[in-house]
Amino acid sequence: MSSKHTSVLVVGGGMAGVTAAIETAELGREVFLVEKTPSLGGRVAGMKQYFPKLCPPYCGLEINYRRIKENPRISVLTSATVEKIEGKSGDFSVTVSVKPRYIQAGLCDPKKPFEGLEATVESEFDYGLGKRRVVGIPHEQAYPYLPVVSESALGNPEIRKQLENTAGVDLHQEPKTMVLKVGSIIWSTGWVPYDASRIGYLGYSRYADVVTNVEFERLAAVNGPTGGKLVRPSDDRAVKRLAFIQCAGSRDENHLAYCSSVCCMASLKQTTYIRNAVEDSEVYVFYIDIRANKYESFYRTIQEDKKVHFIKGKPGLVELDPASSDLVVVSEDMESEKTVRVPVDLVVLATGMVPATREQKVPYDGVSYDEFGFLVSDPFTAAIIPAGCVKRPVDVAASVQDATGASIKAVRNG
Amino acid sequence: MAEKIGCFVCSGCGIADAVDVDTLVAIAQGEKKAATAMCHEALCQKEGLELMRKEIESHGLDGVVVAACSGRDKSNEFDFENVYVDRANLREGVAWTHEPGHEDTQMLAEDLVRMAMGRSKFASRPKGEPVQPNNRVLVIGGGMAGLSAALYASGFDREVVLVEKEDVLGGFANHLHKIYPKDMDLRAYAETDLDGLISRVAGEKKITVYTGAEVGRISGAPADFDVTINQGSDKINLKVDTVVVAAGWKPYDAAKLGHLGYGTTPDVVTNVEFERMAKEGKLQRPSDGKALESVLFVQCAGSRDDNHLPYCSNVCCGASLKQITYLKEANPQTACYVIYKDIRTPGHYEEVYKKVQKTGALFIKGEVESVQKGAEGGMAVQATDVLLGEPVAVEVDLVVLATGMVPTTLDTDVLNLTYRQGPELPEREYGFPNSHFICFPYETQRTGIYAAGAVRMPMDLASGMDDGAGAALKAVQSIELISQGKATHPRVGDLSFPNFALQRCTQCKRCTEECPFGALDEDIKGTPKPNPTRCRRCGVCMGACPERIVSFDNYSINSISEAIKSIFVPDEFEEKPRVIALACENDAIAAIDMAAHNSLRINPFVRVIPVRCLGSFNIIWVADALSRGVDGIMLMGCKYGDDYQCHFIKGSELANTRMSNVQDTLDRLMLESERLRQVEVAITDYDKIPQIFDDFLEKLEELGPNPYKD
Repeated sequence: MSSKHTSVLVVGGGMAGVTAAIETAELGREVFLVEKTPSLGGRVAGMKQYFPKLCPPYCGLEINYRRIKENPRISVLTSATVEKIEGKSGDFSVTVSVKPRYIQAGLCDPKKPFEGLEATVESEFDYGLGKRRVVGIPHEQAYPYLPVVSESALGNPEIRKQLENTAGVDLHQEPKTMVLKVGSIIWSTGWVPYDASRIGYLGYSRYADVVTNVEFERLAAVNGPTGGKLVRPSDDRAVKRLAFIQCAGSRDENHLAYCSSVCCMASLKQTTYIRNAVEDSEVYVFYIDIRANKYESFYRTIQEDKKVHFIKGKPGLVELDPASSDLVVVSEDMESEKTVRVPVDLVVLATGMVPATREQKVPYDGVSYDEFGFLVSDPFTAAIIPAGCVKRPVDVAASVQDATGASIKAVRNG
Repeated sequence: MAEKIGCFVCSGCGIADAVDVDTLVAIAQGEKKAATAMCHEALCQKEGLELMRKEIESHGLDGVVVAACSGRDKSNEFDFENVYVDRANLREGVAWTHEPGHEDTQMLAEDLVRMAMGRSKFASRPKGEPVQPNNRVLVIGGGMAGLSAALYASGFDREVVLVEKEDVLGGFANHLHKIYPKDMDLRAYAETDLDGLISRVAGEKKITVYTGAEVGRISGAPADFDVTINQGSDKINLKVDTVVVAAGWKPYDAAKLGHLGYGTTPDVVTNVEFERMAKEGKLQRPSDGKALESVLFVQCAGSRDDNHLPYCSNVCCGASLKQITYLKEANPQTACYVIYKDIRTPGHYEEVYKKVQKTGALFIKGEVESVQKGAEGGMAVQATDVLLGEPVAVEVDLVVLATGMVPTTLDTDVLNLTYRQGPELPEREYGFPNSHFICFPYETQRTGIYAAGAVRMPMDLASGMDDGAGAALKAVQSIELISQGKATHPRVGDLSFPNFALQRCTQCKRCTEECPFGALDEDIKGTPKPNPTRCRRCGVCMGACPERIVSFDNYSINSISEAIKSIFVPDEFEEKPRVIALACENDAIAAIDMAAHNSLRINPFVRVIPVRCLGSFNIIWVADALSRGVDGIMLMGCKYGDDYQCHFIKGSELANTRMSNVQDTLDRLMLESERLRQVEVAITDYDKIPQIFDDFLEKLEELGPNPYKD
């Protein structure tokens, strides 16, 4: 193939995008990695541990970030979005818009200048469960390790005033637009959790102590809003009894018809967060099928724990018992053929994955999607090569696998 | 060995507020004899970098110590051609974690500068040794994954040699009546078009196919493998650089499933046999040719079962659902039963499940008790419905056992490597190859050899095709890296490799046994024969060697020893104990930096020394430290055991063994073995770092000062 350009654009800096960018660059190609938030890492950076090894995602990211740092062929653009794609395989022109960090150029101390600034905003990294300072490095392992002014703070006149008087902050910076010339494009913008507020009967919008699985990751994480202490968002009460509701909005024609393939393992993993931390804790898992396809032995270990109760049934209601302030999960139990009412401290909804491309389409003609918004493409001819969860709902390992393959497709197709 | 070392101290990021930087400069220049030493307020900025470049040029420096932020930050900025760069971590290691202006804080900073200067004296920038590749990849297995790997790896300047043991390409997919997702209406995946794939491979000039052939032998090392292919009585010898193993799977041996009726009657078949029946258009009862009116599928036949395959093969639920559609398409009235534990149809496969549920097929969560010849000529199946707690009895024309997948490599050698450590990829479990299967699924324990498809883990054909592409990427990429003399994962790009001073070798074989990547072979006497292109540069051999003959240009026993010896150890009356912490640079060092990010206070008596991997820990460092009066030595590494987190597989485990041996010796010498401690530190354990150090210091206080102290 005679390509005008051989460089590769990777859009989305989560695990799939980071992998695709590195693998492509280590093959000798120039790579631009575009990420819309101020740091790479995507969803996994906010997770406490991976299943089934119960190892922290930071560990693999650390290796990957070192590979990026040491590879001059990778240009990382954070706070950046792709506005427009023109041309064809081998000769794309891509318009990228980059938001400012609002930090003075040439400032190297990422901490001290902002220590006096106490104002906080809701932390998106914590799914709104906690607060973050308006200026700072997004988290312990942010890449790049640079401070940024939180965008949501700019709308608040009072905070804005404080920011204007903070040395090192420069609110006059403007977004920049650039045009990249690349030969091929990998699309790895990942997924968003299904909106739990749409499953009204499970109480997510009504009760602070009904949380989603991604939120529970933050509650359990040492750098999360509670410092890893498992307490209820509503009243800080220690969590001792926990219910997982599987397929919350999944395998359900009214919500997501497909199976997101990771939620069962995610919940099994999360049972260990509480079982390993809280003595005498009790866990209830309401499920249709336990799909631990790749890691059966992990499931087996959890099954052997007498404090973890598996109930086959689909809960129809989560309600509050005002006297005890317990949440009560009301469900059919297909084994006893009875309705059970299980009082717990916290309910975790195992919500599924929605491809980011359901809402945020690729700005390029001729890209096709299935009815759920997943990208559909031919592996040998695709102009835009999908990688990771925009293609299928998969776990981290499969996402890395797919992104590695996407890299060679990009090099060949481009 | 760096001969002219410059030291640059940064006063920015709060460093000058915490310590007296002029004294640091004076120590570097005076005591440590730096060729030049100076301070600057922002070394990482343009002006600072220009200053350093100028100094490097005017003094002809071949080593530079940057006393500034953690070595994890700004490694791009502090990189100068042909210059060895060491870092003294004054920002995270001192300014962000210690009381500003305190005497102990100052002493710590001074030691960090001394240690980096000391290390640099015994280090130089590695140059690497490029090798001339053959630009040829060997792919073993011509199924979907192997075909995909061959296709993607070929092209540009690279050739592919594809070896298939059957007489035709296509692998297991050849035996299928319909293929997921292509034939199953699972929207627009064009990927599993087997014929299309085979004709693409046939049309690719850079691919040479050997069918009816097997790999007889592979010797050598990446970029220089000698391969013998046996094709009938012919032997073909050729050279390749890297290998993709896509040797596929075979069905679990149904002969072991007598309890499910297999083998006693032709009317109990496996899912593989049923697929063939469908392909041949014979949807009839095998015993008498009667048209099938009722069929029962037993899921997890020999799967998720400790007596057979403990794991789930991932595809059998989807396969049975597909097979029910064959029956329902032929005759919608066919009664179909499925006895299952869980129906596992991830992702889009759920749609097929829904579709089949609508056909009236009956799904029973339960266990099969017995399968016997029935009264009406069919098969009588007794089962328990675990939901209703009731027995189920049904007589059907045919029973289909959904058997699982076994990797070909479980009992068949496919690589036949002539490595000292064995002919095949080391396995993780159940015959599947070991890897860091979450973050780095393709990384096997044999450099340049990558597994793809169902031989790597049970997977469907669409995933197998993608997996072939991924493995092809790694195979091609490793040629690129290795030919430049660079390491592959995880120390990608590292140009150093271990030098062996073999004249001092005592043939103890520890290095050849412990190398996690099989990089070292042995001659007849047991002397190691290094294969640089197999090496991942972890330093396990360096840690293992009792004669200390292994070293890297930029990392050696001597460089770390010198760092240890550079520490100023106050006498016992000053009551300032000293602890050395040898810390894994990927995780423990990052955890300490993250403690600094959170401004946690860390004990000022600890001197942290990054190591490539705890596996490179050599016990001589204990002697170096204790003889200098250091009070305690801490090893900080990754979790080991079954769920090991070490990226060099067992570095932290090996360190632990070595440490236990030293502890025994210390006990014999009536020295307190508690002066040595290993801790498992995950990268996110940053909140525990202060406590880990304080606990150890407390223990050392109990023991009293090291008797070897001046």
